[in-house]
Amino acid sequence: MEQDYPIKRIIDNEGFLLDSSYESQISEKLAKEFYYHMVRVRTFDRKAINLQRQGRLGTYAPFEGQEASQVGSALALESADWIFPTYRDHGATLTFGADMVRTYLYWNGRVEGCVPPEGKNIFPPAVPIATQIPHAVGAAWAEKMKGTTNSAITYFGDGATSEGDFHEGLNFASVFKVPVVFFNQNNGYAISVPLDRQMNSATIAQKSIAYGIPGVRIDGNDCFAVYFETKKAFEHARSGKGPTLIEAVTWRTGAHTTADDPTKYRSDDEGKDFVDPIDRLEMFMKNYGYWDDEWASGIREKTDLEIEAAVEAMESFPAAEVRDLFNNVFENMPTQLIEQKDIYLAHLRRV
Amino acid sequence: MAMELKESSHSKQTTELMTMVQAINNGLRTMLEEDERIILLGEDIGKNGGVFRATEGLYDVFGDNRVIDTPLSEAGIIGTSIGLSVNGFRPVAEIQFLGFIYPAYEQIMTHVSRIRMRTMGHFTVPMVIRAPYGAGIRAPDIHSDSTEALFTHMPGLKVVCPSGPYDAKGLLIAAMEDPDPVLVLENMRSYRAQREEVPVGKYAVEIGKGKLVREGTDITIIAWGAMIAIAEKAADHMEKKGVLCEVIDLRTLYPIDREIIAESVQKTTRAVIVHEAHSTGGLGNDIVSIINDTSFLYLRAPIERVTGFDVPVPLFALEDHYTPTVARVIEGIERVLDF
Repeated sequence: MEQDYPIKRIIDNEGFLLDSSYESQISEKLAKEFYYHMVRVRTFDRKAINLQRQGRLGTYAPFEGQEASQVGSALALESADWIFPTYRDHGATLTFGADMVRTYLYWNGRVEGCVPPEGKNIFPPAVPIATQIPHAVGAAWAEKMKGTTNSAITYFGDGATSEGDFHEGLNFASVFKVPVVFFNQNNGYAISVPLDRQMNSATIAQKSIAYGIPGVRIDGNDCFAVYFETKKAFEHARSGKGPTLIEAVTWRTGAHTTADDPTKYRSDDEGKDFVDPIDRLEMFMKNYGYWDDEWASGIREKTDLEIEAAVEAMESFPAAEVRDLFNNVFENMPTQLIEQKDIYLAHLRRV
Repeated sequence: MAMELKESSHSKQTTELMTMVQAINNGLRTMLEEDERIILLGEDIGKNGGVFRATEGLYDVFGDNRVIDTPLSEAGIIGTSIGLSVNGFRPVAEIQFLGFIYPAYEQIMTHVSRIRMRTMGHFTVPMVIRAPYGAGIRAPDIHSDSTEALFTHMPGLKVVCPSGPYDAKGLLIAAMEDPDPVLVLENMRSYRAQREEVPVGKYAVEIGKGKLVREGTDITIIAWGAMIAIAEKAADHMEKKGVLCEVIDLRTLYPIDREIIAESVQKTTRAVIVHEAHSTGGLGNDIVSIINDTSFLYLRAPIERVTGFDVPVPLFALEDHYTPTVARVIEGIERVLDF
C-alpha cells in the first residue's frame, strides 16, 4: 500500500526542487507568501504556549511542526469556501483570515473566540474528535445544491480516522459527490497513541479506496506539495467530481496540549528525521536566490508587532458578560430560561 | 466510613493518605491483582498513564494485555467491552471525559443497559465505565459536561459518583464486582482537592447507599460529587447563624438511596438539592419525587433546587457562573427557611 500511495514531494529536505514541472509555478512571490504565513502562525503558536505558562491563557494545543500542512492547504482555498477545523488548526484558520485576537480569546475560555469575521466561513474548532467531518460535507453539499462552485475543507488528525464520523462523512460525500476536501494531518500521534496503534493500515490515503474517491499522500512538511495537491483536490471538487482524501504526513513536534507530557510516551529519537518546514522553505529560497535577509527580518519584526498587539487586545478585551451564559441558546429565550437568568442576575446584585 | 471498615474483614489493613485520583489508581491496581478477568481499556491509559494519571504505572506492572491503549473511538471501546464482557472478561473502560462519551451513547443505551433483560439473563455485561466529569478546572470546550441524568435515565445501568478518595476506591471496587454495568463518574476538580486515609487493600462501598456527611436538625442538603464541598461550605456558613444543616452525599445516583433521604427530611422537615447538571431533566427532580412520595406531610416548605442552568456548559470564562456557588446554596437554604 505504501508503494501505491507514495509520499508526493516537490522539494527535498535540503530545499532542492525534485519535480522540475513545478519550476514555472513556484515564484519568489509565492515562496515569500508561504514563508510569511508560516513564520506568522508559528510566532502565534509559540506565544500561546508562553502565555499559558505565565497563566495568561488556558490549556493550549500547539501545532508546531504542522505549519506547511496548514498554511499550504489554507492558501489553496478561495475566499468564499468553508473551513471546518479542529483545535489544532489555527495555522490554517489564521492564514484563511481568522481574527488573531479572537483566536487567543478562544483559548482564554471566551466564546467570542468562536465567532468568525463577517463573511468568513470559519467554523469553531471541533473539540470532540472527527465530528466536524460530516459538517464540512453538509456545508459543501449545500453549495452544490445551490449551484455555486464553492467548496469546503475539513481538517482532522490521524486519531480521527478511528471514529465513526470519519466513515460516515466520507461515505456521504462519496455517495452524493460532494465538493469537499478531507485534509488529514497525520502527525504521528493522537495524544500518546502512535499511528501503528491507531490503525493497521500502512497509510491513511489508502482508506479512500473504500469510498471510491481519490486519495493522495503528501509530504506535509513541504508547503509546495501541500499547496499544489490541495489545489488539485479543490479543482476536482469544483468541477463536480466529488471529494478527495489528502493525507499530509507531518509531525507534532511538541506536546498534545500544554497539559500533556510527551516524555511519558515518546522517546527523544522519534522524529529525529523531521526537518522543520520553515527551515526547509528557507533553504529552498536560498538555493534559488529568493532569500533576502532584510526582507526576512522585516517579516519577523512585523509579525512580532502584530502578535504583541493581538495579545494586548486580547488582555484588554472587555470582561465576559454574564448574560452571555444565557443568550443565544435559542433565538427566542424560553420563559423558564428567562426566569433562571433573572433570578441569577438578581442574586449577583445581592452578593 | 469507620463503620464500613469495621464491617469488612480487612479492618486491620494499612491505610495511606491518597488523593481521589490516587485512590482510583489504587483501586484499579487492587482489582487487577485480585481478578484476572479485569482488563482496562481506553485512550491514553497505557504508556501515558491516563490524561489525569488515573492509570499511572499500571501498564508497567500488568502489561499491554490488561492495560490497553485503544484507538480513538468511544463507540469502539464500549462496543468491544460488551463483547469482552459477555465472553468472560470484566472490562473497565475509561472514557477520557464525560463530554466525549456521546459517540458511545448508542452502545450504552441500546446494548449495555439491556442485554441482560433482552436475553432473560443469559448474557450479562458486568462492565465498568469510568468518566471524569464536571466544570471548574478551566478545561477547553466540551470537557466540562455534567450529564449524569442522561445515564440515570437508562434502565439497566447503575451510576455512582464519589466525592472523595475513600468512596472513590470503594465504589470503584464495588462497581468492578457488580454483576451489572456501572458508570463511575469522577469529578475532575475533586481528583486532587483533598487527601484521605484510604486502605491499601480491597474494600467496597455498597452501591445504592448514600452517606450522612454532616448531621443537622434544621434542613437537609442533598448533593454529590463536587457539590459536596460546596454544600459543606454553605453549611459552615449557616452554622454561624445558628442553622444546623444535615448534608447527604448521595454517592450512588442510580439506584438512589431513598431511605437516607426520607429519614433525614422527615427529621429536618426541609430540603435543598444541589447539582451541577442542568436544571430541566436533572436528577434533582427525581429526588423531589422521592421526598414527595416518602415525606410530603413532613415538609414545612417547598424543596429548593440549586443547579446548573439550562444552558450548554460555557467556555471557562463563565464556568464559575454556571456551577452552583456557596452563595447560591446559602440563598436556597434561606428561601426554604424563610418560607
